[in-house]
Amino acid sequence: MNDAALRVEGLATDFITESGRVRVVDGVSFVVAAGTTLGIVGESGCGKSVTALSIMGLLPKPAGVVVAGRVLLGKDDLLALPAASLRAIRGRRIAMIFQEPMTALNPVQRIGKQLIEVLQIHGEPGNHVARAVELLTEVGIPAPRSRLDDYPHQLSGGMRQRVLIAIALACRPDVLIADEPTTALDVTIQAQILELIEALQRQRGMAVIFITHDLGVIAEIADNVVVMYAGRVVEQGRVDALFARPLHPYTRGLLASIPRPELVPKSPLATIGGMVPALDELPRGCRFRNRCGAATSQCEADPLLADAQTDHRVACWHWRTLAP
Amino acid sequence: MSAPLLEIKDLTKHFPVRTGIFLRATGTVHAVDGVSFRVHQGETLGLVGESGCGKSTVGKTLLRLLPATAGSIFFEGNDITHLHGAALRRLRRDMQIICQDPFESLNARHNVGRILEEPFVIHGLGSAAERRRWVAELLDRVGLRSDAAQRYPHEFSGGQRQRIGIARAIALRPKLIVCDEAVSALDVSIQSQIVNLLLELQREMSLALLFIAHDLAVVRHVSDRVAVMYLGQIVEEASAQEIYSQPRHPYTRSLLSAIPLPDPIEATARRAQRIVLQGDVPSPIEPPSGCRFHTRCPHARTDCSVRVPTLQPVSGVATTSGASVACHHWQSL
Repeated sequence: MNDAALRVEGLATDFITESGRVRVVDGVSFVVAAGTTLGIVGESGCGKSVTALSIMGLLPKPAGVVVAGRVLLGKDDLLALPAASLRAIRGRRIAMIFQEPMTALNPVQRIGKQLIEVLQIHGEPGNHVARAVELLTEVGIPAPRSRLDDYPHQLSGGMRQRVLIAIALACRPDVLIADEPTTALDVTIQAQILELIEALQRQRGMAVIFITHDLGVIAEIADNVVVMYAGRVVEQGRVDALFARPLHPYTRGLLASIPRPELVPKSPLATIGGMVPALDELPRGCRFRNRCGAATSQCEADPLLADAQTDHRVACWHWRTLAP
Repeated sequence: MSAPLLEIKDLTKHFPVRTGIFLRATGTVHAVDGVSFRVHQGETLGLVGESGCGKSTVGKTLLRLLPATAGSIFFEGNDITHLHGAALRRLRRDMQIICQDPFESLNARHNVGRILEEPFVIHGLGSAAERRRWVAELLDRVGLRSDAAQRYPHEFSGGQRQRIGIARAIALRPKLIVCDEAVSALDVSIQSQIVNLLLELQREMSLALLFIAHDLAVVRHVSDRVAVMYLGQIVEEASAQEIYSQPRHPYTRSLLSAIPLPDPIEATARRAQRIVLQGDVPSPIEPPSGCRFHTRCPHARTDCSVRVPTLQPVSGVATTSGASVACHHWQSL
């Protein structure tokens, strides 16, 4: 793919816990092109947020350590850069928004100050107050000039998320990582925020990595999808192909367990048996095999993420016989 | 139709807003304002709406966990609005709640056996040996291993804790369970397991469920009827099928059109028709005059800010379920 805004290669991240070292992200690779959205989907503990924090160099220290891989933003490998250079890039060329904007914003500082601070730190030219008003207007905040003097608690959840987006986009980054930015919001507010992110992306040609557990949101906003399970990528591809013909038993199980209007009301939903294994008790080989109906002894060996079709990859020994 | 198991009439719950050092009441949160509905035995009523619409307050007030400001609550035909003492305690056997985060509602210092035994102890049921047997049966029924009784809540995953919460709720064989966002915090694959468990238990025990949730896809699947709330009032009620296929209130329509569909092709098609509401939900301290939705309604006319619409049965069109809607103009939309 040309125009790769961000390229992640073989990313592996460990967490050092009381009970030992666990691999939370294991060999994750993907590419995001400028102007496109990559959705990363998976359930709690699959490593999707840790992947984002590893890319941003924001892992909790000293517990989280990146042990392998490269994160290429243009020509720069973010993992190899000295801390000072990374700080200069973070917020300017790559930025991130989070699920709960209240914890990402400083509760005792006015919105305007927090916005202007970003512009100052990165040495943006021009009148910073005027630019802050412009940014708040861009993210659809009414009466932006008077909002500069508000504290975060004076805004609703949706408005706080808009402020966070304004801060993230202040320096026109090439890549925006959005980690469950709409999960805490109501559906009507979620619809507003998704529209806003898409509109800003169109205007700026930004690459977006959108992390969520909601397959509905992925179907709506993503061009390409990465499905993660227990720290690994199990399937990736173009959004339409992946939803039309999911190949990995886990992806198929996830999609089947969503209640859909076509189902008989109150009929039993499809389920995936058991639960996600703890990271220190992962099975050898395919990590999904103890919950998979199609597992055989072959699954005790690691399945490689291999091309099934153009732009559609799956890590399963048996996908050929499983997918119709 | 037979007499309803639960009926609430004009239920109203206001909370005082207290400010200043003397905590004087300076305003009123109109959390629930004149809500009425019925739930029959074995039936699920879904109650949906966005944060702050008052749906959880309705659940807690009808369970008598919060005192009602006005209105009445009838259970099996008896007015329970002001019940107290031993009579209220007896009633609690028949009405239970399952919360969003069972971890917060389970005593972290008690093992699961003791947590599940407690309802029997409080109501003076069974000998110690019988209670142990009942706990084992409950664990088995909700799909937990019997050794769970010796373990503590923190040793369980979210889905397992919700199973413990369900076991506790069904211990005394209640007639009604309020499920307050009971599956909202769970991952998709676990959510479907818990939904299936609730559906099975409902069939086995002829349970009535009030299913409070903001996830409209789950609500449609589990409910017989659905009521939609906005700012403390019900704006529309109909059978689950009808409310999703023929939503009448403009708020219901925008709410449904905002659900992201797990299908990229349909999602693109529907995006074109999506009604994205502008602005936020107004404050329930000073709800808008007239129709409370008029400040965000794409179809609002001048009379909507003046006249208060009441929930009226839908007439003049085919309706299968005695649908009702609170909108002056739904017929012309």
